Amino acid sequence: MNIVFVLLFVAAAIAGAVKGDVKAVGQGAFDGAAQGVTLAIGLIGVMALWLGLLRIAEKAGLVDKLARAVRPVFRPLFPGVPDGHPAISAMLLNIAANMLGLGNAATPFGIKAMEELDKLNPTPGTATNAQVLFLAINTASLQLVPTTVIALRASAHSNDPAGILLPTLGSTCCALTVAIISAKLLERVWR
Amino acid sequence: MRPAIEIASTWIVLLLLVGIPLYGWVRGVKVYEAFVEGAKEGFNVAVRIIPFLVAILAAVGAFRGAGAMDALAKVLSPITGPLGLPAEVLPMAVVRPFSGSGSLGLLGNIFATPGLGPDSYAGKLGSILQGSTETTFYVLSVYCGSVGIVRYRHALAAGLMADFTGLTASVIIARALFR
Repeated sequence: MNIVFVLLFVAAAIAGAVKGDVKAVGQGAFDGAAQGVTLAIGLIGVMALWLGLLRIAEKAGLVDKLARAVRPVFRPLFPGVPDGHPAISAMLLNIAANMLGLGNAATPFGIKAMEELDKLNPTPGTATNAQVLFLAINTASLQLVPTTVIALRASAHSNDPAGILLPTLGSTCCALTVAIISAKLLERVWR
Repeated sequence: MRPAIEIASTWIVLLLLVGIPLYGWVRGVKVYEAFVEGAKEGFNVAVRIIPFLVAILAAVGAFRGAGAMDALAKVLSPITGPLGLPAEVLPMAVVRPFSGSGSLGLLGNIFATPGLGPDSYAGKLGSILQGSTETTFYVLSVYCGSVGIVRYRHALAAGLMADFTGLTASVIIARALFR
């Protein structure tokens, strides 16, 4: 990440200098910074709502039940996470919300999952294998039906707005498979 | 298909909003107190991720503001064009890991361009690409930021590999079906 951070700024400076528009580089950075704050603040409402509901579900024993139900699927993927750990149900909720396209619920569940996984982290500040795998799964788009794209196609008067559904699903499956495999393979090398 | 899924999603949200408090109440949980206690975390989490988001979005903002995205797309297009990734879609592929709204905007441009449109090869390829890749940098900043993780290890590599696979698969599938 350190190299990406430096690279982006250096490339920006070079591109700005070549184009003779150095001012745009700074302006872009300021706009980006402001956008970061707006995004984070905008998350507060939905985040509070879902985290509140999640706490009720936890106290009612729902989270625990969920974690037990999906144990067979998660055990081989996340060997470092004990059975019935709350991280498992948070991850499941995040993945389910992503698949259904419930973006504003997926983020709070995902953050909850990261927090629970971090309780098992012996080296705070450095991602564990389980955390990386969970992140990798999230960086593959899990949404079963790309509703935003379909809506945009429909509004652009496409003859077949949903025609890209199966091709998208196929491509998503490839990306997800590679995400999981590369996370699993790289965890041995990248410590 | 779209209405059915949208209706299902709406109902699932409703089911969660009503079902969780109701179930908790039946099980004897002090639902109001539990909700407030959980919701309190929402604010802290949002504040915790601010520095992470500012870092990546400022860097990306400078990169885009300088026109480096377009320059990169221009450099790559002679190579990617013959492979089935036309010059109109290439900027989308470059922007996608950094900004979901950015690449969606570019997709909208492709749809609105006369001679292209949503049913052209470029329009279909762009649609598949948008739907099968994620905003990797945003996901990593938000999720790692929420727990203060600064050393991502192989998470970035795996995420970018997933994006690249999504891109490659989109091109292969679109070429097979729509060209």
